[in-house]
Amino acid sequence: MTSTLQSHVIAGMLANDPLLSGEVGLTTLLVVLIKVVVAFVGLLLSVILMVWFERKVIADMQNRFGPNRAGPFGLFQTIADGMKLIFKEDLMPARADPFVFKLAPFLSLIPAFLTFAIVPIAGSFNDGLDGVVTILGQQTFMQVADPQIGILLFLAMSSLAIYGIMLAGWASGSKYPLLGSVRATAQMVSYEAALGLALASVLLIAGSLSTNAIVNGQAGFRWNVWMTGLVPFVIFTIAATAELNRPPFDLVEAEQELVGGFHTEYSSFRFAMFFLAEFLNTVTMSAIIVTLFFGGPSGPTFGLTNWVGVYILPFFWFFLKLLVFLCMFVLFRATLPRFRYDQVMDLGWKLLIPASLGWFLLLVAVRVGSDQGWNLVATGLAAVAGLLAGAFLLILSIRASAAKREAVSLPGEGT
Amino acid sequence: MRVEMFTFLLTAAICLAGSAGVVLLRNPVHNALSLVATLFGVAVLFIQQGAYFLAAIQVIVYAGAIVILFLFVIMLLGVDKAEGLDRDPILGQRPAAIAAGVAILGLSLTALLSVGSRVTGQASTLAAIDGSEPNINALAKVLFTDYVFAFEITSVLLTVAVVGAVVLSRKAGPAIDVAEFPEGTTADLLQAKYDAAAVEQEVLEEVATEDETPEGEAETTEEALR
Repeated sequence: MTSTLQSHVIAGMLANDPLLSGEVGLTTLLVVLIKVVVAFVGLLLSVILMVWFERKVIADMQNRFGPNRAGPFGLFQTIADGMKLIFKEDLMPARADPFVFKLAPFLSLIPAFLTFAIVPIAGSFNDGLDGVVTILGQQTFMQVADPQIGILLFLAMSSLAIYGIMLAGWASGSKYPLLGSVRATAQMVSYEAALGLALASVLLIAGSLSTNAIVNGQAGFRWNVWMTGLVPFVIFTIAATAELNRPPFDLVEAEQELVGGFHTEYSSFRFAMFFLAEFLNTVTMSAIIVTLFFGGPSGPTFGLTNWVGVYILPFFWFFLKLLVFLCMFVLFRATLPRFRYDQVMDLGWKLLIPASLGWFLLLVAVRVGSDQGWNLVATGLAAVAGLLAGAFLLILSIRASAAKREAVSLPGEGT
Repeated sequence: MRVEMFTFLLTAAICLAGSAGVVLLRNPVHNALSLVATLFGVAVLFIQQGAYFLAAIQVIVYAGAIVILFLFVIMLLGVDKAEGLDRDPILGQRPAAIAAGVAILGLSLTALLSVGSRVTGQASTLAAIDGSEPNINALAKVLFTDYVFAFEITSVLLTVAVVGAVVLSRKAGPAIDVAEFPEGTTADLLQAKYDAAAVEQEVLEEVATEDETPEGEAETTEEALR
């Protein structure tokens, strides 16, 4: 009993990564170790480059030079800043809660690292290879882990990341950080719902939680961005920006209102950790968007099955797609003004959540219709009609409650 | 030591320490954090039993949403201070709590010792743990076939709870006489107010300029005189 249970547990843990399905030997361990180290170092490097890239692009758009002193084109500026932060004095406010104050940066940083574990970064998805590569004679996927829960790990980690920001604000024992963290929490919890519902549309098409299977299903340009009809992608991107607390949703650290937001009281390396987590999250979120909607590392490999076709070309495609979304986030920051807080909440609750739920139901209706052999046009029209009726009711109720609120609040203004 | 045993002992220690922290720590925020540690430990135990989906949901729903809301309420209400535990809010609360705690412990231990491995020994009850299909597929099949009514009734129950909470928390103020208030949205009304103010301002400025003209002339004449 025990031995069968164990083998099942081990089999389930890897889901479908062939690396861990057989005997777990020393080579297996070595492969896992290599993957972890490569992912860790790669992520850190990408953050260093991302910070530099963002500063350079924004500087260009504002007619400045940006960092240009440390290293060629200022490439080492981030490293210099990091070194500076490490050697700065570590301050803690007198009214801070010491334990939670020290814990919060770690709670912010660790989820940011862990999410990347499920992102496939290379491996050929053509010629029936299904993303399997061979390292040291071991067959495996080019991602740190492929757990059975797959993409749910991303949701779990993004919900845990809230703790870092929330506790940082509270533990500082200061007003503005607390206000910033309360804003952040409300915003992130609200947008997580829209994020999850947009994700559900992708899972409906993919039929699996595993990121490897999701990417595999998109091979040959059957990308989810058009397989799900664009709407989930748009909603996911907006919700992801809000989840990252990046402009235009950076109310958390609105300088004009809240000094620095939740990390006002942090200095030295603890501040660097929040900064690192923010950029890690940006890179990871872009990678998740690429994985979910744009086929991850899948792309034309021109029939090559050697190392060029398995490692170089897929990674190139992945990196190219990733770069597009990193540019998108930088452009958001450079060009969009910040939302007002009530606008953020209205957008999340009254538009994104109903829209993503409605679109998901529409996809479900079409899916059931095609399974049952119904007339697809009639099914789609019926579903749209039902959803429009629902949307009408929703708009009506929002109008009614808004009118009521105005009726209550106006007399105070002396009209 | 076997890896499973090691994981179990570590996780069990985290769970127990977290539970003790929930009960013993004085600061509500620390209590909530200890609860997160316990929930996390339980999630790891679920994984050890092969219940991956349950573990993920445990983290997403309990640690990621419910405790966050606890913390949110604690922070917003400003009750994040050590509480005075000198006297019970309800008479006899403490003895009753001790009695209930002992009774629950006794029942659990009795169940565990008398029934034996059937309480904890079996790996899984319903979802086949043969590893051939992921948890979520097995769970979905069961939920949407054998237990579909229980599932739907549970969701209706949750909806009823939400509606009930909204109805109960609504303040019953005096009825609003809508006829008393002007038509239109706040934005329109504010705009109208703003326009009216602007017109008033213009009138004032006109009056002011009319007043100023002679003064200005006077100044120029004064300057001319100099």
